Amino acid sequence: MSGQQHSTQLQSDGRVPDGTLLEVTDLTTHFRTERGLVRAVDGVTFSLARGKALGVVGESGSGKTVLSRTIMGLLPSNAVNSGSVRFAGQEVLGLDAKQMRHLWGREMSMIFQNPMVSLNPLMKIGKQIQEPLHIHLGLDGRAARETAEQLLREVHIPEPTKRLDQYPHELSGGMRQRVMIAIAMACGPTLLFADEPTTALDVTVQAQILELIGEQRRERNMSVILVTHDLGVVAGHTDEIAVMYGGRLVEKAPTRELFANMKMPYTKSLMRSIPKLDDPSHTRLLTIPGRPPDLVNPPKGCRFAPRCAYARDKCLQEEPPLVTADTSPDHVYACWYPVGSPEFRERDAEIMATITTGVELGGTR
Amino acid sequence: MAGTGTAHLRDGDAVLRVEDLVVEFPIGRHQTVSAVAGISFDVMPGETLGIVGESGCGKSTTGRAIMQINEPTSGSVVFQGRDLTELSPEELRSARTKIQMIFQDPISSLNPRRKVRDSVKDPLDIWRRGTEQERFDLVDSVLEQVGIDPARAAESRPHEFSGGQCQRISIARSLVLDPTMIICDEPVSALDVSVQAQVLNLLEDLKAKYGLTLIFIAHDLAVVKNISDRVAVMYLGKLCEVADSDDLYARPAHPYTNVLVESIPVPDPEVAVTRAAAIGEPPSPVAPPSGCRFHPRCPNADELCSTTEPEIREIAPAHYVACHHPNVTPVTIGS
Repeated sequence: MSGQQHSTQLQSDGRVPDGTLLEVTDLTTHFRTERGLVRAVDGVTFSLARGKALGVVGESGSGKTVLSRTIMGLLPSNAVNSGSVRFAGQEVLGLDAKQMRHLWGREMSMIFQNPMVSLNPLMKIGKQIQEPLHIHLGLDGRAARETAEQLLREVHIPEPTKRLDQYPHELSGGMRQRVMIAIAMACGPTLLFADEPTTALDVTVQAQILELIGEQRRERNMSVILVTHDLGVVAGHTDEIAVMYGGRLVEKAPTRELFANMKMPYTKSLMRSIPKLDDPSHTRLLTIPGRPPDLVNPPKGCRFAPRCAYARDKCLQEEPPLVTADTSPDHVYACWYPVGSPEFRERDAEIMATITTGVELGGTR
Repeated sequence: MAGTGTAHLRDGDAVLRVEDLVVEFPIGRHQTVSAVAGISFDVMPGETLGIVGESGCGKSTTGRAIMQINEPTSGSVVFQGRDLTELSPEELRSARTKIQMIFQDPISSLNPRRKVRDSVKDPLDIWRRGTEQERFDLVDSVLEQVGIDPARAAESRPHEFSGGQCQRISIARSLVLDPTMIICDEPVSALDVSVQAQVLNLLEDLKAKYGLTLIFIAHDLAVVKNISDRVAVMYLGKLCEVADSDDLYARPAHPYTNVLVESIPVPDPEVAVTRAAAIGEPPSPVAPPSGCRFHPRCPNADELCSTTEPEIREIAPAHYVACHHPNVTPVTIGS
């Protein structure tokens, strides 16, 4: 893709013609640490259209959280960036906090995993929602309070007037997460980051919160980046999914296409390790042996190869490039022997045979 | 007490038999909250009982009350024929070696300042089991069983291990005293799915190898289904439904169980997102609703539900439910 040239044009007229809101090109985020350079995000390229929801999926340490924080400009001082992040046609990578402040809240906002820690325990709910209204929109007094109440109503919090004068500890976990969403929505952002927004919540509440985020997205034509380790969460609530591993984007496709035609053995393995309700109890789960790679010294070749049951010598030597899948032009993956290839099928038959005979697999590579 | 009942208790030699367990906590002046409000269940040798429910339903308190960590207000906890609530502190200490517990946050349940091999050896030192050499040998063999390199464990502290590895270490520590029963309180909820699968498989293997009986407490129904033989669903300190794992998920009779099952995100975009879940959150256990505690959120509720608490009853063989209007009509399965 002629990304560079294309984006220069965008900058000149300041508008995005094709509805692209976010364009990330060859983004790296490295951290200088005592152990050496941690390559948390290592050359990631993707774009996101207005009003669409992208799921970013991976295990702990895959770089998914650092990716969203890089785009938001929320990195500690030991971070080193390169590449490009264009938001609504404007380069935002490298902007300092003072410049980013114009975007935070108004253009981009974020909800976090733990609503108890993210809310100020000493400040009333109403005040916390009014703060961004005051700072970014200049709303004060009655107008701010009325807007705050309206926001609480929109996130379906019962008795919003009463809630304005309550403290976070008086609310349940689900209600607190609704407050976080209200705060994130306060200034009508065009891009919302939701970083594991439901991990700390019960399943019943999780379903409600995901539904709420979807509802807000449709009403406001807002883009959403949903960061999670749970493929179940992204399946029903995203348009596209990006799978990250070891700081790299290893597969990306429209949601239905991804689930129908997974190419990366990593994505497939993640899928298989989820206990399914349809399986009888005591069904043996397929696991991914080992741990995600050390990002100071990532393995040579494919970063997943040391844990991949389907890896061959080539995988350990040469890093596979992102290629387009034969099933869809919007589907890219990085694997030498993708799901469905003869090499994959051959190995998969062996693995399935050992599973059914009850021999434990894994840890051999 | 209404709404509880003991119809689902089985005859025979249960390892653990809990009857009418009540756990109350004081809150403020002369007020109490019943975290567990009169529940009964039993666990047979070699069985895995799953306990599921939302936050605040009392599932963790139940686990802790079995261990007598939270002292039960009333009720009995009979473990291998002895009522743990009546034991002297010394007898209780000894009985507890046979019941072990593992927790949700594996890293904070290990002492950060100690080498993990020493932490795993601790129970053996406290009970002076065998010689020093025998203790180390046992610890090393158990560590190997759970997939942790003993040499590394001897050199490293908890922070040098991942969450999944720390949970393996916690499991090793719970095994060294050769327990009969392990109570697992949300052991995999803090772990990535890939690691979660490893730990679940490990628990199954160890259960078979050591002949363990497990109580598995979690909010994730798919996880509970995978590991359990029998599942008990709790809501606001009460039992809603008890059944064999496969049967419970195939035919959830209690409307609450149905809501829980429907809320699980299915990793398949072709499956439409159900909206059965959108009925608010559990009320506060400080002032629980009258009658059936689930009635304000229940699609099947009527007058009766708001006034009278349902008794637990058998609606199909080995399938018990505490509901006036269960979702399925009583059917006979098999013979």
